[in-house]
Amino acid sequence: MTSGRFIITVIGSDRVGIVARITTVMASYNVNIVDITQTIMQGIFTMIMLAEAPKENFDLAAFQQAMDAEGKSLGVEVKVQHEDAFRFMHRI
Amino acid sequence: MLSVSCTGSDLAGAGGFFMLINPKEILETIQMVRMEHLDIRTVTMGISLRDCSHPDIDVFNENIYEKITSRAKDLVRTTNDIQSLYGIPIINRRISVTPIAIAAESCKSQDFVSVAKTMDEAAKEAGVDFIGGFSALVHKGTTPGDLKLINSIPEALASTEKVCSSVNVATTKAGINMDAVGMMGQVIKDTAELTSDRDGIGCAKLVVFANAPEDNPFMAGAFHGIGESECVINVGVSGPGVVNAAVCELENPDLTEISETIKRTAFKITRMGEMVGREVSRRLGVEFGILDLSLAPTPEIGDSVAAILEAMGLERCGAHGTTAALALLNDAVKKGGAMASSSVGGLSGAFIPVSEDAGMIEAVKAGALSLEKLEAMTSVCSVGLDMIAVPGDTPAATLSAIIADEMAIGVINKKTTAVRVIPAPGKGVGDSVEFGGLLGSAPVMQVSNFSSETFVKRGGRIPAPIQSLTN
Repeated sequence: MTSGRFIITVIGSDRVGIVARITTVMASYNVNIVDITQTIMQGIFTMIMLAEAPKENFDLAAFQQAMDAEGKSLGVEVKVQHEDAFRFMHRI
Repeated sequence: MLSVSCTGSDLAGAGGFFMLINPKEILETIQMVRMEHLDIRTVTMGISLRDCSHPDIDVFNENIYEKITSRAKDLVRTTNDIQSLYGIPIINRRISVTPIAIAAESCKSQDFVSVAKTMDEAAKEAGVDFIGGFSALVHKGTTPGDLKLINSIPEALASTEKVCSSVNVATTKAGINMDAVGMMGQVIKDTAELTSDRDGIGCAKLVVFANAPEDNPFMAGAFHGIGESECVINVGVSGPGVVNAAVCELENPDLTEISETIKRTAFKITRMGEMVGREVSRRLGVEFGILDLSLAPTPEIGDSVAAILEAMGLERCGAHGTTAALALLNDAVKKGGAMASSSVGGLSGAFIPVSEDAGMIEAVKAGALSLEKLEAMTSVCSVGLDMIAVPGDTPAATLSAIIADEMAIGVINKKTTAVRVIPAPGKGVGDSVEFGGLLGSAPVMQVSNFSSETFVKRGGRIPAPIQSLTN
């Protein structure tokens, strides 16, 4: 693990308020957005964020649970994964 | 909502982090896990039991229980943390130990069944799925400890849940110990009988090897080799579904393109396994051993090695051309893996366990795949005759002869081969056995009705082949 940075992906059907509600949860855990993008892949709304977690007192499991719950109530799938999962697979 | 909607490649050019990782690549990784069953099949902790020896078997059992449970006490918690950190499923946590025939050699007892029961209890305490190493290495000859272990296998596997057993009966350097091959046919029969109420499931936890690797994380053949260090983490990563999806996406490819695609896919999967293995080992303060990229199918639809062979253009797995297709697959997997990691070990290739692969099961049921064809396929893939059910009345000598054939393929080709065969109690061709979970279900396959008994009974050793004289 090389950093406290995470890739957050939101996948599902587009609707009003997804970004607002997801980022509200992130703010409550002091998780900062470094970069954000969204796209439509095969008709499915996909938002990808690079986010930085606080260096201290950050409870990853609780954050993942909160994001998952918010995603469920929005009808989208939210994943929080450490950036290394993507760096290692696609870059040497 | 942001009002901008654009493609991944546009964003990659927009600057910042997404210059480094293309959103398409992020979604590709997510797709592999969500849809194509990419997983870390196992994180296996290898533990040496060499310092546990004692003449009193009760003391020995206390020693190994203490050693296993203390070494592995944080294994499950740590792998769970890493699973959620990276969002990559880790399916099994396992333990492998020094072959018990060696560790328990000095015990003054009639058998080693109590050792298997202790291993089972230790595995349950540690919370792992399997523990391997109820094993003996007898490729050149047997010691009294080896004999006690081999004779204990049927009862040990019938009276435990998580214990796996393996016996190495041949190597390229030593040849084939046909006395041991002869014994193993009967051991497999007895193991099936003692677990006849569960379709002979004991045999699903027993492997007979040629050239067994000492660092294999996969079951049932994992043990902690005698050349290994005190404690290591070995990782087994799998992804037939990912390879299958990549091959299916190609439009009218030639076989060179298929090979290239498999290689690239294997590279990506291997990188993921390496990352997980190194992080687990760092957190546990345990040396990282090897990464084993093996395409290990599961009964899930699409997560099938047979499906990959069929995606290459065969009507059914088992048709003529299957051996060539499997050779291409196995080689491309190894090449991709070798480029991705300096720690590739274990078996690393393609597995062809019949009961665990929905495509193989279908091929057998359709009459496309026979035992003889599977035997040919094992000469070009990473293991052997795996999870194959045969009629319950198959003579022990025939099982031994099946083992002998498979060992010969491994010895001559300087590779690992193995036999994990289940003589299904009370069942014949047309029936099937049901094990459930990752072990799946298997149609009972036809074996030759002609006798091999005189050949097997001769015993002795098939000498090491000329290609072993390399010094």
